[in-house]
Amino acid sequence: MNKQTPIDIDRAERTEKLQGMGCKRKRVEDIRFTQGKGNYVDDLKLPGMVFGDFVRSPHAHARIVSIDTTRAKALPGVIAVLTAADLKPLGLHYMPTLAGDVQAVLAEEKVLFQNQEVAFVIAKDRYIASDATELVDVVYEALPCIVDPFKSMLPDAPVLREDIKDKMVGAHGPRKHPNHIFEWQIGDKDATDAIFANAEVTIKEMLVDHRTHPSPLETCQSVASFDKIKGELTLWGTFQAPHVIRTVVSLISGLPEHKIHVIAPDIGGGFGNKVGAYAGYVCSVVGSIVLGVPVKWVEDRMENLSTTSFARDYHMTTELAATKEGKILAMRVHVLADHGAFDACADPSKWPAGFMNICTGSYDIPTAHLVVDGVYTNKASGGVAYRCSFRVTEAVFAIERAVEVLAQKIGMDAAELRLKNFIKAEQFPYHSALGWEYDSGDYHTAMKKAMDTIGYAELRKEQAAKRAAFQRGETRELMGIGISFFTEIVGAGPSKNCDILGIAMFDSAEIRIHPTGSIIARMGTKSQGQGHETTYAQIIATELGIPADDIMIEEGNTDTAPYGLGTYGSRSTPVAGAATAVAARKIKAKAQMIAAHMLEVHEGDLEWDVDRFRVKGLPEKFKTMKEIAWSAYNSPPPNMEPGLEAVNYYEPPNMTYPFGAYFCVMDIDVDTGVAKTRRFYALDDCGTRINPMIIEGQVHGGLTEAFACAMGQEIRYDETGNVMGASFMDFFLPTAVETPHWETDFTVTPSPHHPIGAKGVGESPHVGGVPCFSNAVNDAYAFLNAGHIQMPHDAWRLWKVGERLGLHK
Amino acid sequence: MAKTHITLSINGNEVEALVEPRTLLIHFLREQQNLTGAHIGCDTGHCGACTVEIDGMSVKSCMTFAVQAQGAHITTIEGVANPDGTLSALQEGFRMMHGLQCGYCTPGMILRAHRLLQENPTPSEEEIRFGIAGNLCRCTGYVNIVKAIQYAAAKINGTPFLEAAQ
Repeated sequence: MNKQTPIDIDRAERTEKLQGMGCKRKRVEDIRFTQGKGNYVDDLKLPGMVFGDFVRSPHAHARIVSIDTTRAKALPGVIAVLTAADLKPLGLHYMPTLAGDVQAVLAEEKVLFQNQEVAFVIAKDRYIASDATELVDVVYEALPCIVDPFKSMLPDAPVLREDIKDKMVGAHGPRKHPNHIFEWQIGDKDATDAIFANAEVTIKEMLVDHRTHPSPLETCQSVASFDKIKGELTLWGTFQAPHVIRTVVSLISGLPEHKIHVIAPDIGGGFGNKVGAYAGYVCSVVGSIVLGVPVKWVEDRMENLSTTSFARDYHMTTELAATKEGKILAMRVHVLADHGAFDACADPSKWPAGFMNICTGSYDIPTAHLVVDGVYTNKASGGVAYRCSFRVTEAVFAIERAVEVLAQKIGMDAAELRLKNFIKAEQFPYHSALGWEYDSGDYHTAMKKAMDTIGYAELRKEQAAKRAAFQRGETRELMGIGISFFTEIVGAGPSKNCDILGIAMFDSAEIRIHPTGSIIARMGTKSQGQGHETTYAQIIATELGIPADDIMIEEGNTDTAPYGLGTYGSRSTPVAGAATAVAARKIKAKAQMIAAHMLEVHEGDLEWDVDRFRVKGLPEKFKTMKEIAWSAYNSPPPNMEPGLEAVNYYEPPNMTYPFGAYFCVMDIDVDTGVAKTRRFYALDDCGTRINPMIIEGQVHGGLTEAFACAMGQEIRYDETGNVMGASFMDFFLPTAVETPHWETDFTVTPSPHHPIGAKGVGESPHVGGVPCFSNAVNDAYAFLNAGHIQMPHDAWRLWKVGERLGLHK
Repeated sequence: MAKTHITLSINGNEVEALVEPRTLLIHFLREQQNLTGAHIGCDTGHCGACTVEIDGMSVKSCMTFAVQAQGAHITTIEGVANPDGTLSALQEGFRMMHGLQCGYCTPGMILRAHRLLQENPTPSEEEIRFGIAGNLCRCTGYVNIVKAIQYAAAKINGTPFLEAAQ
């Protein structure tokens, strides 16, 4: 190793001071959060503020015969009660969804799911509002309901959406039935069918990614304040995409967009729940416009779990065709997608099934065909991306379960089968059979590192011994080894195929250096716990040589932040992170000109050195960025405009494709069905790593949510459409006791098209985690010929597997 | 609704107030006392985001009426920092170990951890995990919360902190 020179040491010290990319910078946000000084929506208290609460339907499907608000309005403290009859003249009883459908704000003639919003009571405090909801008299006439999506398109199925029953062409093409939403197809059907017809080996499995909910700890909420004199609306809310909300509010309310001030303050977790627009937001806005006072709406937990944005509910008939040596030749998938009562998926507009066509996964599968049918049922609407890019958890679950089913059928090791079929490093950029261009990857290296670290071969030996012991009756414990090798697709996205309501999915950064060399930067994204105030500053620190502690990051105020599409689908780093780097580089280019002027040299004679431009060959002749900033305001070069700032709206040329290799070792007691995760190892490759501490935290959190989804979390309905367990009593959120220990690891394959090579990581662990847990459970029972065991794998269901297999004597 | 007069101590300050008998303590703290650090996450006592300390016990303030706090000594997250305004050992531990992300569960989690360390100054990892089982976190996966509490315990006890499970 070379000895460090004083210059090296000086550079290292200056670099360390910046707290730039790659360091485990402690979070800026934590100073206020650890002292209870966060600023969440419900913390807001405005003079004269009143409270709204919903009257909700007890029925899953019923005609509304009458609504009588007399008793509610007579209650002291009640200010107003809104119903569809009040909203209809304003054209606000329905609102557009992000998926090209409309959704009832307040039910007009029918209710279509239990807990649907029927009336909005506004009162002087939240207790009175809640009291008054029970005094609104609604007469319903119950109708037969559809809970099972496979019954939606039966010829005699009740028509759910009478408002669009004659509209046989929807936002995504023809509808085959009044309860059909869309059919979406991609790939080569004929070629795929031909391969299946002649294949040596095929597998076919119905894989259900069941209905669940993102359930951030803070529910959805808003405060609307309309200033009648100025004609201006200020709307604070739990918005993952505040600018989109502003545009939507403008489009549906008719208020000019510049008179709408949307503010997303601190957000208590989102996970996809806070992307969409909800009835509560609209009603708080209408209430404030009508009454002229601020109106607050705060969901309770039951409302959150049962009304705003479920996730998943994909019923995926998944098939693979292969040689008997395990080379996969083709994939065929049909998805029946249960969208609930309205199509309110939060996907880019052209993608009714999100990026489900990433379902060929990490494998070189030359031929594939995918069909997705979306249907209406009498359940809450949503279909959001719960801690994943659009429908990517579903897609990865399909392929990662399917390869295991194939491996079992041909008697091949599941890791070996994966290694045999991986896209090779030299094949990138890789064009998948279903239309994506994977930007980069090195799957074999990641998989082999993971297998070595976990001691895969030894684990299989141990498992074989345990299985033998089980069969000899010496143990009642089953050992499962779960594997998942996922490829995410994040960072939506290029305008050629990604928009939301016609707005291209760029994102933005505006950076301004003050005369004294500190910085404010504003973004079009919105953190919900990801630590943006910390990490964006690290990017800027490295790019511009200003210490991260001297950089303030601001998000969420649509008046001051540049327009952006918000934070979901792991798009902040791939898109706004890129915008940040590009904006910083614009500033740096100007700074170089200023430095050249200050040093009286040609620009080309300068080189960048951590925090300064120095004259090549004369390291003692330099100007720091801080000095340059002062000069930019004090004595810029002739003919150059003063100031030092830049904005960038970044249009990503492609998505990014993070990937990872996950392994889970699980022990299941066949007599109780209790599954214990002995080890969970997660290797992630998210390209360039900005803050390893935050990455690890994101992985821990994503794995915990994956654990929840796979092992118990579910939104379930009974046959009459009653939502079962919409509280934390029944809905599984793991505590510290159940949550396994997480081991993390990484490889680094930078994105070739991203300015700093970063790919995004927040959702990978969820995407990869869900199939890993399910594969572990399925692997545990595989030698008993259990067939595919559906999620969620709670103890009751696993106990039932034991019953079915006759294991309980 | 007729109101009841209560007197209590919050973070060392004597407080007098009129509250409706049905007013929950969490709403009293957040809306009447402007102490918005404790949060509401579930309304059913499961999540612990509303945890405060009352007379030496961790209490979920969404399951408690304000009138029940008559004469009580309450500590909320706003009263946890050191007298000189610096972060307490627990607050510092949560920051240093990345024991929080969105921050919504954090005030309740810190108050719960505070009581845990009062009762067991040197908890094992398992004791910490069971000790905070009444407080849910959706972001962190708990690994770093456990470390944060271990960090604080070590700092309070003056013992070296070896980052566990690395």
